[in-house]
Amino acid sequence: MTRKQLALVIDLNVCVGCHACVTSCKEWNNYGAAGPLADLAPYDADPTGTFFNRVQTYEVGQYPFTETGASYKREQDGIVLVDYDKCIGCKYCAWACPYGAREFDEHDKVMKKCTLCVDRIYDTRMAEVDRKPACVKACPTSARIFGDIHDPHSDASRAIRENGGYALMPEWGTQPANHYLPRRTTRLRIHEDELVRADNPLRVEGHLPKPADDAATFDDASW
Amino acid sequence: MRPALSVILLTTLIGAGQGLFLALFTVQSYALLGLLPSVAAGGFYVRGGLLATALLAAGLVASFFHLGRPERAWRSAAQWRTSWLSREVIVLPAFMGVVVLYTLAHGLGATQPIFTLPQGLPIDATIVIGCVGTLLAFALFVCTGMVYACLRFLAEWHTPLTPLNYTLLGGASGFMLAAALAALVVPALVGFLSGWAIILTVLAAAGRVATLWRNARLKPRSTLQSAIGIKHPFIAQQSKGFMGGSFNTREFFHGSSGQRLRLAKPAFIVLAFAAPVLLALAGRGAASATWLLAACMVQFGGLLIERWFFFAQARHPQNLYYQAVS
Repeated sequence: MTRKQLALVIDLNVCVGCHACVTSCKEWNNYGAAGPLADLAPYDADPTGTFFNRVQTYEVGQYPFTETGASYKREQDGIVLVDYDKCIGCKYCAWACPYGAREFDEHDKVMKKCTLCVDRIYDTRMAEVDRKPACVKACPTSARIFGDIHDPHSDASRAIRENGGYALMPEWGTQPANHYLPRRTTRLRIHEDELVRADNPLRVEGHLPKPADDAATFDDASW
Repeated sequence: MRPALSVILLTTLIGAGQGLFLALFTVQSYALLGLLPSVAAGGFYVRGGLLATALLAAGLVASFFHLGRPERAWRSAAQWRTSWLSREVIVLPAFMGVVVLYTLAHGLGATQPIFTLPQGLPIDATIVIGCVGTLLAFALFVCTGMVYACLRFLAEWHTPLTPLNYTLLGGASGFMLAAALAALVVPALVGFLSGWAIILTVLAAAGRVATLWRNARLKPRSTLQSAIGIKHPFIAQQSKGFMGGSFNTREFFHGSSGQRLRLAKPAFIVLAFAAPVLLALAGRGAASATWLLAACMVQFGGLLIERWFFFAQARHPQNLYYQAVS
């Protein structure tokens, strides 16, 4: 077990299925260190390509093996990477992953997988706020939470703990780092002081009479 | 899983090569122990050795077509501590080398005894090399089988029957080939070799049918529910998120009609097991090379179908995510 384990926590309660994460991932990784993610016949009848299609990485806790040592799990942050200069493209590692997280790149002829945008998250030339995976940055509903799941105080850990986060295919005991948050009942809690403007000086000083229940109210003059 | 021609050829060709070498050395061992009438079989060993080398080399060449980066193939030997594929990559060339040495030793007539066992058995260079080769042949069968058997997510392969079947199927095809070769070179050995070929084919059939029986009763451990973590009894995928193909929609699906999959099973049972046994029996009776060659050809064709089926039948859990295009 690595000290630090970076991972994604995907909140199915707020995901709207817009695919912005997929597009952003493809855009960044096509040009970043993992690129190019080649497309074959992109404008023809049967397009295909590499695009980390489910934008999910697993970074399994129990990392099994590779043939060449080209695929490895980093000690410092638990990210599993492929060394594209060593991979022989035998595809055996993809067989050994129950989630289908690995994709063979038909152009580079090597195995590729999500890098958790390792070329973004440590890039000190970027503003601190941008040092997150491209999919996380793109999400319009903050459905993707990025963080260290071995740190109990991280947003990711807290989200898993407080919202019933779970791993996919737990029956294999692969202990994937990525987690999903289930659909939850959303309750709207409205408190009294949210309906009444407690700090309205007009009301406090008695200059504004309480409007009738059916009278129109305006935000700036609300009682 | 997608049956890749390169891997089908690799596993069938080297299996036959290993089996043929084992057949050669079995003949030599029986002759050494006096269990077979002594025949001038020098030419048989050399030709058999050359044929085994050719089969192994052809399998090795075929395997390169499976690699995206064949020029880096040497790297695959690096992880032998953990990877069965790595071990296979080491054992295959080592075994090939020993088969070449065995053939050379017979070709150059290195049959002067090096030492004599207490029972008075003269041990020459070919016997020593043959023993090493036998160990490596079995090690290679185990490695090839374990490449598939060690993948616990592929339940159809994750059984001790997998390496057992690789051994028996390779042995059967190799002995069948040896019987046909003997019919052409030393007809005196046809009875012995075809007998073993029939026994091994029957054993292989038993192993393979046992595996079919086992696999027909497998219940996939992963379900749509566990794959996405939603505990509803009725889940149907409406979309996999994209409409084109990807590596995930090709590599893990056999891409054939269900009918072809259903036909493949009886086809290989007939072609790899039933027909070769009958042809070998006929060839044994008539001491005819034609029948035995036919048995060989039919069996190899059957084994190609068997290997196709082996891959096509395996259901990878990741396929749960790719059930439907919107």
